[in-house]
Amino acid sequence: MSANVDGVTGTMTMARPVVTGGASPDGVAQPTAAVSCRALSIGHGERVVLQSASFSIPAGSFVGLLGPNGAGKTTFLRALLGLTPVRSGELHVFGASPVCGDSNVGYMPQSRTPIRVRLTGRDMLASSLHGERWGLPLVRAEGARRIDEALHAADAQDLAERRIDALSGGELQRLRLAQALLSAPRLLLLDEPLASFDPVRMREAALQIRDVARRAGATVICSAHDIDPLLGVMDSVLYIARGRARLGSVDEVITSSALSDLYGAPVEVYRSPRGGIFVSADAA
Amino acid sequence: MLEYDFMRMAFAASGCVAVLAGPVGWFLALRGQSFAGHALSHIGFAGAVGAALLGWPPLAGLLVVAVASGAGMGALGGRATGRDVAIGMILSLAMGCGALFLHLLTHSAMTATALLFGNVLGVTHGTLASLAVITAFSLAMLAFLSRPLLFASLQPELAEARGVRMTLLSVLFLMLVGVATAGCAQVTGVLLVFTLMVGPGATILRVGLSPALALPAAAVLALAEAWGGLALSWWSNAPASFWIAVLSVVCFLVSGIPAQSLRFRREGDAGSC
Repeated sequence: MSANVDGVTGTMTMARPVVTGGASPDGVAQPTAAVSCRALSIGHGERVVLQSASFSIPAGSFVGLLGPNGAGKTTFLRALLGLTPVRSGELHVFGASPVCGDSNVGYMPQSRTPIRVRLTGRDMLASSLHGERWGLPLVRAEGARRIDEALHAADAQDLAERRIDALSGGELQRLRLAQALLSAPRLLLLDEPLASFDPVRMREAALQIRDVARRAGATVICSAHDIDPLLGVMDSVLYIARGRARLGSVDEVITSSALSDLYGAPVEVYRSPRGGIFVSADAA
Repeated sequence: MLEYDFMRMAFAASGCVAVLAGPVGWFLALRGQSFAGHALSHIGFAGAVGAALLGWPPLAGLLVVAVASGAGMGALGGRATGRDVAIGMILSLAMGCGALFLHLLTHSAMTATALLFGNVLGVTHGTLASLAVITAFSLAMLAFLSRPLLFASLQPELAEARGVRMTLLSVLFLMLVGVATAGCAQVTGVLLVFTLMVGPGATILRVGLSPALALPAAAVLALAEAWGGLALSWWSNAPASFWIAVLSVVCFLVSGIPAQSLRFRREGDAGSC
């Protein structure tokens, strides 16, 4: 198991060192780790999401969080937000236990309910700025400045005065990304941000997320159903399945042997000549 | 018309109720809970008649039952599907109880009409004082809740992740709706609470004002509709409840026309560039 691996293949290759997961995180532990887990177990009700997992995500990297439906991608993100308690082991975000409402962490939940309200993009961001505090929903000059900065960071200034119920999926995503940047976070947790796009737009959206995060200097953990749009965008893959996790480059993790090991059952990985990847469990 | 004491009382009482009902109604429409607000008034009806049966003031009965039911509804809350059916069943049961209590009341006909369709011209000084206190307290409460309530209504998943206590918020808000319902029922009657509470709020929501403007605007519109209804009732000799209902619906329809055409133009612009 190699410690440092160059970015994944493809035209968008980034040459950031990536720490692989596994049994020996100590050897490569960095003080700048955005997320570090040691013998971490988390779960949701009766379900075990992670069982004694150890890995560490270096600051500044773009991690694709993959795994089958129901493997617990969202639960893992919620643990990082301090919403799902740690059952045993250690989970650290920038060296400290996750706290609910931490301004270091920006979150973009999966959008299940489209907003059908006639408010502007600026109104939407304003509602989430200090939205957890009691009082009147007034925005002071300092708040307005932060909203402008976040809109600028996500390249979404043009959406500030547009009505949110008339935005396209891509525009709404840009706005939601701006919103996640409101607290100037160092870690961005994005839950299935690509789910509502067609395959062509997915790729554009993924590249946009990477560019925005890079400009903002934020580490990204981005869950996705499909690996293809993130190929060449992400630095590493965090694959969760059956309570186990594996962190590493695409070439290390998305292989027949690594995934079969993770699932405890035979899994085949096919690569198309143009770089696409297809994972199948019915090969055996 | 203002030289008569009962008219001055009616204007004061409906003013108190309207400034609370407008903003509460805006949140109800924003959260898609207007049916819950409608249900609370029907459930409150049973409380009002029950109180009258026991010789207590109907307003007290209406208030207590509506606020308690609001709390219960908020606590059950969640996003359970079939919520409308559950609310509908409970409200029909409550209306049924109301019918039974009315049957047991000897002077039922007048009480029933006053409760169902409002009796704003019969507001006493005592009732007005209670309405004023209730409104002041509720507005303060709503001001306190409004920021997290707005956040939780627009983006529930994110609000929860940021530590907003969703159930507590939902309970407190629906209790406020219960209070506003009891107030509205004094003016419009339980059957027409929707007109003064949801009507102005939904109209303002349709116009698409920013929240900090929309909340006072909803209060002003509700006030205009309530006072307009009273004035029209004075001149036309038709019940105030009727005119308030008419104004409410007209405003809602009118608000839809320009906003919709504006939106279409906007979408056209976006398409061309």
